[in-house]
Amino acid sequence: MARFAAGDRVRVHKQFPPTPPSHIRTPYYIRGLSGTVERVCGAFRNPEELAFGRPGTPEVPLYRVRFRQKDVWPDYEGNEADKIEIEIFEFWLDAEGDEA
Amino acid sequence: MSGDHHHHHHDHDHDHDHLHPYDPEHHHPHRADQDDTMTYYRLMEEAVRELMIEKGLVTPDDIRAEVEAMDARVPANGAKVVARAWTDPEFKTRLIETPKEAIAEVGHDIGPMRLVVLENTPEVHNVVVCTLCSCYPRWILGIPPDWYKSRSYRSRVVREPRTVLREFGTEIADNREVRVHDSTADMRYFVLPMRPAGTEGMSEAELAALVHRDAMIGVTEVSA
Repeated sequence: MARFAAGDRVRVHKQFPPTPPSHIRTPYYIRGLSGTVERVCGAFRNPEELAFGRPGTPEVPLYRVRFRQKDVWPDYEGNEADKIEIEIFEFWLDAEGDEA
Repeated sequence: MSGDHHHHHHDHDHDHDHLHPYDPEHHHPHRADQDDTMTYYRLMEEAVRELMIEKGLVTPDDIRAEVEAMDARVPANGAKVVARAWTDPEFKTRLIETPKEAIAEVGHDIGPMRLVVLENTPEVHNVVVCTLCSCYPRWILGIPPDWYKSRSYRSRVVREPRTVLREFGTEIADNREVRVHDSTADMRYFVLPMRPAGTEGMSEAELAALVHRDAMIGVTEVSA
């Protein structure tokens, strides 16, 4: 079951670089940042396993997480309210304030 | 088959690392013919296809039918969806809540695609990108434009969306939020543009004719 719900504050793991070889769907630019869960998308097979021909099961909850552009790019030019939304798998997320 | 996934975009051996703002007069340089080059992936595709036919897993007719189905997916399909949403508020609600079922009402099957419909409003303008590769709602809009796959668009629109939109001729008011959607995993995104002023008397078909591909990606708006 999904650990987070819409509205929850989460922080993306900060892992650079991942242990190679790897295939990951969490873009570099968003790692280590905090955002708000916009929705739970459902559960999907893990692409980090699928990429190597493994089954990718059990399925992993996937979230759309909303970030403030000003938090992502310190020099961001534009409205304070501008946002970016990204799909992030649960194992990349911690509850904000809860991260190790 | 899922033609919109991450591992087989091998048509990138030409230079499209630059943006082409929307310009109907602009002539893109022709891509060089590639029918004299047997590349690794082309050879692999032919070998696998012939083996599958030989083993009776698929027929040449199955392959032709699938290619025709892919070719039938064009931006006009999305434009019909937009025009219906503009003229039927209940349809619009269904489109946002259950996109697959709503799009089926307009006569299009989006297959296994998990679609998120992003409604533009006077407060929010949405724009879609896939920074990791070139994920695109192919089941409703067909193949993505070259610029969508370019490194330039993918890297810049997340970081300076207002500047990139301006290059497409789209000026978003300072007090309107710009929301960028990075299509990094299993969902695909479709922008429902705002209905332009002055179209009150238009039929659904007339409205659909106003809606172009780039507006459903979110780099342009629809004008009457």
